Amino acid sequence: MEKFQTLHSAAVPLPLENIDTDQIIPARFLKATTREGFGENLFRDWRFDADGTPKPDFVLNNPAYDGQILLAGKNFGCGSSREHAAWALYDAGFRVVISSYFADIFRGNALNTGLLPLQVTDAELARLFALAEKDGDTQFVVNLPEQTLHVPATGESFHFDIDAYKKECLMNGYDDIDYLVSQKPAIEAYESNRTWSW
Amino acid sequence: MPKSLFDKIWEAHVVKAAPGGLDIVYIDRHLIHEVTSPQAFDELEARDLPLFRPARILATADHNVPTRNQHLPIAEQLSRSQVDKLTANCTKYGVELYGLGHARQGIVHVIGPELGLTLPGTTIVCGDSHTSTHGAFGAVAFGIGTSQVAQVMATQCLLLSRPRRMRITVDGELQPGVTAKDLILYVIAQLGTGGATGYFVEYAGSAVRGLSMEGRMTVCNMSIEMGARGGLIAPDETTFAYVEGRPYAPKEAAWDQAVAYWQTLYSDEDTVFDAEHRFDAAAIPPMITYGTNPGMGIALNGHIPSEVPAGEADSFDKSLQYMGFQRGESLLGKEINYVFIGSCTNSRIEDLRAVAAYVRGKQKAGHVEAIIVPGSKQVEQQAIAEGLDRILAEAGFELREPGCSACLAMNEDKIPAGAYCVATSNRNFEGRQGPGSRTLLASPLVAAITAVQGRIVDITQYLN
Ligand code: SF4
Repeated sequence: MEKFQTLHSAAVPLPLENIDTDQIIPARFLKATTREGFGENLFRDWRFDADGTPKPDFVLNNPAYDGQILLAGKNFGCGSSREHAAWALYDAGFRVVISSYFADIFRGNALNTGLLPLQVTDAELARLFALAEKDGDTQFVVNLPEQTLHVPATGESFHFDIDAYKKECLMNGYDDIDYLVSQKPAIEAYESNRTWSW
Repeated sequence: MPKSLFDKIWEAHVVKAAPGGLDIVYIDRHLIHEVTSPQAFDELEARDLPLFRPARILATADHNVPTRNQHLPIAEQLSRSQVDKLTANCTKYGVELYGLGHARQGIVHVIGPELGLTLPGTTIVCGDSHTSTHGAFGAVAFGIGTSQVAQVMATQCLLLSRPRRMRITVDGELQPGVTAKDLILYVIAQLGTGGATGYFVEYAGSAVRGLSMEGRMTVCNMSIEMGARGGLIAPDETTFAYVEGRPYAPKEAAWDQAVAYWQTLYSDEDTVFDAEHRFDAAAIPPMITYGTNPGMGIALNGHIPSEVPAGEADSFDKSLQYMGFQRGESLLGKEINYVFIGSCTNSRIEDLRAVAAYVRGKQKAGHVEAIIVPGSKQVEQQAIAEGLDRILAEAGFELREPGCSACLAMNEDKIPAGAYCVATSNRNFEGRQGPGSRTLLASPLVAAITAVQGRIVDITQYLN
């Protein structure tokens, strides 16, 4: 996993609620057996017509918006457990998703992919949408060590929370598997101490 | 201190506490399928790690498989290569696979319970969000992402923070024609699609106790549709009677020992939950969804809301526009093009029996295409043994071979753009059943009546 420390970028606003994993990456594109290439089909049915023509009214096709930060409405990533949703966002170049609420499994998958799910309040989210929609070039600075989101143009700063362990992992590019493998003696001891085995 | 059912099971599986308030949690059963496992096997290989406990894993092919001619090679090349990859990985790593053509093949959440792999008091994971289904047996069961699939393969453990606990109590008796599916659609409509995010839900109350195991699975299955990490129900005599004698269930002395332990699995009196909701079963109507998330449900004879909170208006109207519906409208009389009876929510033998009992001697409407996809090979064989296949065929319903099918339309079973499908599955997201498809979620009974009538009707007037 790649390390994440800070990011300076503009943001792409997608002000819809309950964006589910089937929209992020439709099931028919889950047939690959590797992790790469899902970015092409990110938001496939919102981004393209049936014949593959880009839909001009979808924000990812709008040249006024670009950046590595996706701003999305609340309850982002609800639905399936497909980690492909996080891979698709990452593969398409996003490194941060900002919302006022993330579905649990998506949040975990994002963190395991090196994509930061940055949660703000509803009011803060509304403010961020206003800034990004008004001027697509508005820059945002995400500082993971300090847990802040800063807007240089207006001087505003927002604090965000993140689990201390996950923050450590993201900053250093570690994943859970390294830690768990190091705990095998404890896992084996647990297995042999159990009184039942079914 | 009184403990909840969830906490009893969780604590019995904590290997040790980890830094940052997390727990290393031991996983008893790991179910895998062709779509979310290949990258996990690759990760083991890339890190040169062995598969830690192959005997605790069971594999099946379900998401991507065709539901006709399963004896032939899969025609679609990408699907075939994904299924082949699963077979190759299982052979290489020594994992039991109930693949296509196997007498035990089926949707992962249907076969676990029917084989007796799903047991009370266990922890169960799968790279699939509807793993919550297994909670019906009093198990802590939840969906995980592919990185976590690799973690469980490598260590049989996950690093987790303990979710908060919610209890949803439904007391009283369900009205005629109201099923487990209506119960859960009703609860989700009340709490909303993010209403249980961060929680593990225990379902309790006399209406829940009164459900069969299959009904309980339907309820727990859809826990994720309100954001819950999982759902579970305390095991009881109904549970034990269902599990006893199944192939993987404990036998003889081990069975007695198991039941003695399982009888201790309930939330102690005076347990304090982080959130509590109560509903009256008698107030639950037959339900249907009108929008593009499972929380957008109404009584079958009700109206689409005309008022929504200001902040939600854009998403709400976008959803109605996709569905071709208006605010304040009733769905009664709307013509339907497809009926899909299947998925891990409602594809078990009781579902097929309920459909057959209604359609016996009737005909589906001429313009409706009605497909029934059994949840497993065993369900299919049982349906044939009971003669349900003939009843269904005579009524114009096609009984297919098992798989996820039009629940997520990864195979060729797709609903065309713009068409309306009443489905017994669990998700009505945009394009879920194929690009542009419009899904209305309902119970198998509502689906059967809709197929015969060809349009949405108030089923209370059509009950046999
Ligand atoms: S039937 Fe549908 S919901 Fe169930 S496991 Fe298959 S795809 Fe997922």
